[in-house]
Amino acid sequence: MGGKRGGRGTDGDTGSIDRNALGIGIATGAYALSFGAISVASGLSVLQAQTLSLFMFTGASQFAFVGVIGAGGGAVIAIVTAMLLGARNSLYALSLGPVLSPKRTVIPITALLTIDESTAMALRYDQSKKASRRAFFATGISVYVFWNIGTLFGSLGASALSDPGILGLDAAIPAGFLALLWPRLTGGSSSDNRKMWALAIMSAAVAMALIPFLRPGLPVLFSALVAVAAALLWGKTSRPIEGE
Amino acid sequence: MWASILIASFGTYAEKLLGYLLPVHMLERESVRRMTGLLPVSLLAALVAVQTFAVDQALAIDARLLGLGVAVVALLLRAPFLVVIIVAAASTALVRWLGWLP
Repeated sequence: MGGKRGGRGTDGDTGSIDRNALGIGIATGAYALSFGAISVASGLSVLQAQTLSLFMFTGASQFAFVGVIGAGGGAVIAIVTAMLLGARNSLYALSLGPVLSPKRTVIPITALLTIDESTAMALRYDQSKKASRRAFFATGISVYVFWNIGTLFGSLGASALSDPGILGLDAAIPAGFLALLWPRLTGGSSSDNRKMWALAIMSAAVAMALIPFLRPGLPVLFSALVAVAAALLWGKTSRPIEGE
Repeated sequence: MWASILIASFGTYAEKLLGYLLPVHMLERESVRRMTGLLPVSLLAALVAVQTFAVDQALAIDARLLGLGVAVVALLLRAPFLVVIIVAAASTALVRWLGWLP
């Protein structure tokens, strides 16, 4: 996300909102191609991959779910990992509630479309409720459509191959996770980025150290404890830093 | 498989729904907010490591590591997501085809 800086004068008009939303949708559709392909390589059917994109509709959780399944981690660990990654969507919804003020009947569809991209766009165009809503729904619908089309083409493409491993799809999985992680390591201030790198490296090290001792999938869950520890530790030190 | 897909889909959807239905103060505690922001970093970093090095319950260095290295270079060059994935997969497939790494 980011990198889109329109002129201030035209920033909030529906045309520029829709154009940005379309661009974001096309870009995430490309993600979805790899999601569909990786799903099939991990043992899901085309319909199962599509079900995840239609109803889970949150990229990192979907990648994690099929990653754990593919590694033989089992259903429970896959579900827990997907939900831990999806927990941030609860916070997105909380901050979007007052911005979008969705009517009761619209809440179910608003919830479905609550993802990184639609949240970022709604909060970026927060100069009016109308602009926020437009940005949220244009981005959410655009991403939803392209995400599902991409998933379908990716899974159909991969299931046409006799052995997806031969194309290096097993290496596409960590590369995909790294690409999802990358903006969180490079997108903040330099001190934030240093913290995120430290957290990422610690978490990776903990997970790797646990691989020989735990069944597949569990090392990743244990790495969540590193985030908990970091939140407690940095919580105590964050006030003096903010006072600088 | 179907049951776990439906449960996981329902669970992640319920997380989204929860945010709109709960009173704001319940989840707006600073510690919770910070933790939810850090969780994806930990989990994604761990997933990168595990998916690169694990073979069942053993650690191994194979062509996937080279693919990951190529992905890092692509990300440093600000390549789009799909390009990152394709060059990682293609380089991995290439060194395997050449027989340089398993």
